[in-house]
Amino acid sequence: MSVNALPESVDELADGLRAADYLPGASAALVAYLALRLGKPVLVEGPAGVGKTELAKALATYLGRELIRLQCYEGLDEAKALYEWNYRKQLLRIQAEADGAGWNEVQDDIFGREFLLARPLLSAISATEPVVLLIDEIDKTDQEFEAMLLELLSDFQVTIPELGRIAASSQPVVVLTSNNSRELTEALKRRCLYLWLDYPSLEHELEIVRLHAPELHETVAAKLVEIVGMVRELDLKKPPSIAESIDWARALLLLGADEINEETFAQTMSVIVKHRTDLEIVAARVGLALAPAAQ
Amino acid sequence: MTPQSAARGIDARLLELGDELRAEGVAIGTSELLDAFAALAVVDWTAREDFRGALAATLAKSPEDRRIFDLVYDRFFFRAVESAALREGVREWTGNDGGEAALADGPQIDLEELRAQIAQALADFDEARMRDLARLAVAALGRHESSGSGILGVDVQRIRRALGLRSEAQLGAGDPRREGLPRAALLRFEEMLRRELERAQIERTETLTPARPLGELDRALPSGPAADLVAVHRVVAALRRRLASQGGELRGRRRHDHIDIRRTMRASLQTGGVPIVIRQRPRRPRRPELYVLCDVSTSVTSASVFFLSVLHALHDSFRRMRSFVFIERVSEVTDVFARERSFKAVSDAISRDAGVADVSGYTDYGRVWSEFRALVEDDLDPRATVIVLGDARTNGRDPRPAEFAALASRARRMLWLNPEPRLYWNYGDSVIAAYAPFCEVFECWTTRQLEDFVKSLTSAAPA
Repeated sequence: MSVNALPESVDELADGLRAADYLPGASAALVAYLALRLGKPVLVEGPAGVGKTELAKALATYLGRELIRLQCYEGLDEAKALYEWNYRKQLLRIQAEADGAGWNEVQDDIFGREFLLARPLLSAISATEPVVLLIDEIDKTDQEFEAMLLELLSDFQVTIPELGRIAASSQPVVVLTSNNSRELTEALKRRCLYLWLDYPSLEHELEIVRLHAPELHETVAAKLVEIVGMVRELDLKKPPSIAESIDWARALLLLGADEINEETFAQTMSVIVKHRTDLEIVAARVGLALAPAAQ
Repeated sequence: MTPQSAARGIDARLLELGDELRAEGVAIGTSELLDAFAALAVVDWTAREDFRGALAATLAKSPEDRRIFDLVYDRFFFRAVESAALREGVREWTGNDGGEAALADGPQIDLEELRAQIAQALADFDEARMRDLARLAVAALGRHESSGSGILGVDVQRIRRALGLRSEAQLGAGDPRREGLPRAALLRFEEMLRRELERAQIERTETLTPARPLGELDRALPSGPAADLVAVHRVVAALRRRLASQGGELRGRRRHDHIDIRRTMRASLQTGGVPIVIRQRPRRPRRPELYVLCDVSTSVTSASVFFLSVLHALHDSFRRMRSFVFIERVSEVTDVFARERSFKAVSDAISRDAGVADVSGYTDYGRVWSEFRALVEDDLDPRATVIVLGDARTNGRDPRPAEFAALASRARRMLWLNPEPRLYWNYGDSVIAAYAPFCEVFECWTTRQLEDFVKSLTSAAPA
């Protein structure tokens, strides 16, 4: 992995991300650039499947840095995200020292770095080489967890009561993603730059599909993107994401379809629509609007 | 520039922008402003979009804030430019410096040609050309009657009609207007026209009209029949997303208290590995059973249908939900929502089939309580939550609070949403005070209030 220096301009970064197979929109490139230059975390919000996580991956590829990912979920706490004392080892140590050693020695000993299990956040800031830290779906955690992140995000340091402060040995690039399923706290937002990613424009999505499925005929790709746009307009339980457009493009390739007509659409629409009631709506509204299959 | 304003420079301008944003309710702290300055230090100021993007990324940190930011940003810099121009006496329409003035006075602009060009630019959504053409259109049409009507909105529509710009399909093959123009582009173009007209007006009168604060309307629930359905859907979609995780959380947990092994083990470390303190997982909140009663008389129709569709969109979060609409009589509409998915279809079906208006078409709350009680008496679960949406305007009829109290005693929780601002409560024929002792009353006329309400419904344990 070659390690790239920080980009000099927004365009340079945009080109770099493109080389990493990620087509950034104008605002995505700009905010990522600001984040790198200012050393601030970025909070990326938007509907599911618009490439929030991919942005972090592409940044890691572009910068040639390791990506450390913390997938958030309900009930995640600091012991799983930050650090934990390796209590089995501590117990062993206490038992091994049971006779002879004085209290103070044992106490000092068992709260040393040797007994610390580094979880993603701690390993991100204690890495010798700078890394990209992805905190995915932060909105799935509770507010307490957010509060715990604050110290890390603003000062890049972690305070462990028994050990003291561990400052970052290298400054990571931090990307937080959120599906906006709950309002994040002001305190967290204040420490981050904010990037809102929405579904891309038709042209932009066409570019993305062409990048990931280059063999697909251009007119088919254009039609595909247009249909996905129409489907997103409908009131669905889950509108198709970019990833699903790409999957659909690949599915059409495999089937060797050279156009999208009523029949191919009916066969393959389950790739982009994944809910029974949604399927009915899409079939009724979009499927019928397409030309029937050629005789 | 006057020496004073030169000394204050861009920094002061940004602080002013921050103040205006705060005035519109965006939470901006000193740290946000510091970030904005830091961000501006590393972007190229000559790139309009970068400048704006850098400010947006540091100042506006939620989709709603971003929307307010966009509106305020446009207004702020437009006014900043115009007030500087006024101070300096810069004029565009003086006529002796060529450019557009010459265009306006010189050979008549070919209107047909202008129409075609504008239509083409709109079809391509070419912002820069749209802006230029808007200036041209104002020059050609805006000043014919020396001052126009003086009301910007009217002038904009007059110019638009004169240009023959419509979003529906038109005749004439080969004309880019034939397919009908993209709505978004048309709206954007109107905005530009408005801006140009405003600019011309400021030049004529040499004063700035006072800044108009963003109406609360921009954020309020749709209330008129003309309310934009797209906006409604957007709100519902956002709400659904936001509450989706909450619903999941409610479903995911087990019913009984569970011992959290890992945290118990950790706690036991303090006592040498002997688990003395037991840590438990938090209890899961209850999913309420819902009865929703909506006033659909003309005074509150759109708010209530909107509210119903929100609740139905969220029905996953509730154990069971039945909805009723009422004016003079009450009628159940749960099925309508199960069948129809579009907001409009629901609204039509309710007004067509529900049969809730009797003779007068005025709300009769007292009668509704009696009928509702008869309808659900046996069904009403003691754990159920009843929500009433209405303005409590009885049109002078008997409110029968005793009936309401009887209902309230059967249900676990009784909630009232009033789509009128608190200011209007108990004025005129509003009798909300008669019911208030038996239920919790919420003011609910903006999306935010609605969201807070739904949140409290699914998360908070009833008192």
